[in-house]
Amino acid sequence: MTHPMLLASSAASNTEVVTFWVLAIVAVGAALGMILTRRAVHCAILLAVVMLILAAMYAMQGAPFLAFVQVIVYTGAVLMLFLFVMMIVGITAADSIIETIRGQRLWAGLAGIALLVLLILVVGHATIGQAAPSGLRNGAQNVQGLAKLVFTTYVFPFEVTSALLITAALGAMVLAHRERTSPRPTQRMLSRRRVASGRPTPLPGPGTYAQHNAVDMPALLPDGTQSRLSVSGVLAARGVEVTAAKPAIEGEIAPDDESKDEQ
Amino acid sequence: MISPANYVALAAILFVIGGVGVLVRRNAIVVFMCVELMLNAVNLAFIAFARLHGNLNGQVIAFFVMVVAAAEVVVGLAILTSIFRARRSASVDDANLLKY
Repeated sequence: MTHPMLLASSAASNTEVVTFWVLAIVAVGAALGMILTRRAVHCAILLAVVMLILAAMYAMQGAPFLAFVQVIVYTGAVLMLFLFVMMIVGITAADSIIETIRGQRLWAGLAGIALLVLLILVVGHATIGQAAPSGLRNGAQNVQGLAKLVFTTYVFPFEVTSALLITAALGAMVLAHRERTSPRPTQRMLSRRRVASGRPTPLPGPGTYAQHNAVDMPALLPDGTQSRLSVSGVLAARGVEVTAAKPAIEGEIAPDDESKDEQ
Repeated sequence: MISPANYVALAAILFVIGGVGVLVRRNAIVVFMCVELMLNAVNLAFIAFARLHGNLNGQVIAFFVMVVAAAEVVVGLAILTSIFRARRSASVDDANLLKY
């Protein structure tokens, strides 16, 4: 007969086993997808998946503080920074398939497999025993335990970290700063330039008089032709097919099209 | 209970995937993201070892790794934007001014 406490703990460990395998498979799949997708945005989303799964694994291993730091710092801050830079650099940045060094992918894959075999052999041969019994420091006292270590044993690295962070912030500001070489245009200059450009009115919006108002739907001019100005040039650069606009009311612009629904 | 060895093995797999990504991809942003994946994998190993030994030293090291990784991302992305501003490209093959 089993003790109820033991039963409860074995049920909890079974949960951990199932959670570990499900999360591990999803994480490896997402990481593989990261290096296989061509678009950088998909890569960022898959990296977010991996990072959230790792946060869950930290929580499973008795590191609740680091789990939260992982979500806030990595998924919250670092990935958002990646997405912002992607917006600056352009989402067009799909990778080219051309290999600049011949056979690079093959050799990289072989080196990866070799490294994987090496690491798995190392892990397999090392005597990694069972985990130590989780005490209070893996649960409610986790933050207090970390704080005690950071402010006593690791106080010097912690202070050096602050210097590193200040240096990094200053470096990023210096690198991202752009000197203005021409004077900033005033409101008067901007309005003069606009009138002189020959088109004082704003550009037509997409989808005007067309079937729907998606951004890739060119507006229709009064004579039924499409206005190229109404669709952002970014779409063409990104490789989106600009769909041919159909008039919203078929009968009025294309008289040969018989609309039987009216009768 | 899942042995810490399983977590370490998972960390090794993720590390290798990240490393292959760094070698294979040409887009500098994606290369950075693969470096982040490698750092995360190492953090997972640190935390698994912290649990194995039953103390918090590994968790503190993982915390420091996170701080350094955040600083690295900030500076790296700033360099990337300035390179993009000068050369209009985010490919690692195009930043070859020092080559010739």
